[in-house]
Amino acid sequence: MLVGTGKYKDFAQTRAAIEASGAQIVTVAIRRTNIGQTKGEPSLLDFLPPSQFTYLPNTAGCYNAADAVRTLRLARELLDGHDLVKLEVLGDPQSLYPNMPETLVAAKQLVAEGFKVMVYCSDDPIQAKMLEDLGCVAVMPLASLIGSGMGILNPWNLQLVIDRVKVPVLVDAGVGTASDAAIAMELGCDGVLMNTAIAAAKNPVMMARAMKKGVEAGREAYLAGRMPKKLYSAAPSSPTGGTIAPSQSKAA
Amino acid sequence: MIQVTVNGAAQRFDQPLAVSDLILQMALAGKKIAVEKNGEIVPKSAHGSTLVLDGDRLEIVAAVGGG
Repeated sequence: MLVGTGKYKDFAQTRAAIEASGAQIVTVAIRRTNIGQTKGEPSLLDFLPPSQFTYLPNTAGCYNAADAVRTLRLARELLDGHDLVKLEVLGDPQSLYPNMPETLVAAKQLVAEGFKVMVYCSDDPIQAKMLEDLGCVAVMPLASLIGSGMGILNPWNLQLVIDRVKVPVLVDAGVGTASDAAIAMELGCDGVLMNTAIAAAKNPVMMARAMKKGVEAGREAYLAGRMPKKLYSAAPSSPTGGTIAPSQSKAA
Repeated sequence: MIQVTVNGAAQRFDQPLAVSDLILQMALAGKKIAVEKNGEIVPKSAHGSTLVLDGDRLEIVAAVGGG
């Protein structure tokens, strides 16, 4: 499981929730630093030491390939040459749906510059394959819109993506609660990335724990191989023979 | 006097100065930041040797919480 670090009450809660989730990779955003104010203000990186967590800098807020590429160059400089990144090029600020043409352009450029690109994308299996062919190390289709908590709206497309690409597939965006994470993993996803589902829960630390269990349960269920579904004519789980004598109907 | 744009805001300095001096003057020394000048990264190793000139546009960024 990968978790975001945004929208928490404070850095202490961020840290507590991330520890409860068991995630080892955490996303961070790259933003202009405050100038001439709040001296000695704590930094997120102090609360999430790089010795314990792998940072995944994102390009949230970028609406074209050029801005996304510049942002990740800054991230690599900021994080001392760290080249594992999350590319997301957004289409519009209302839906935060990915802009796939710009995402493909940025992915190509970043791969050429030596970045290891994990990429937020639509759940279109053809474009997911294109991203893989460009050299992305993981594709991360949305389950539903960022921050919506609507869960996995199109498991069939997700299945197609999983079947079509060889690189890891992670659901990024839309997970609302632990069962959503479990469903994603049961479908065969390699991981789940979430932020709002934990940060916006009434009790983020408890939700982080629940998510961890959801991911683990879903993964084990996938590996175990679920029974086939059938509408009816199910075989009873208890023996059909040896039942006690039917009751005599009483005369009136 | 030179005027440069740092994170979108105009800043004045007496004369051209190294990126490292600008960082010092803006009380950002020792912070985990990255610098871009006119769209190009200025690596940490070049902060001392890269001059900021009149009209330059700088972006100075840090990592913050995000998903």
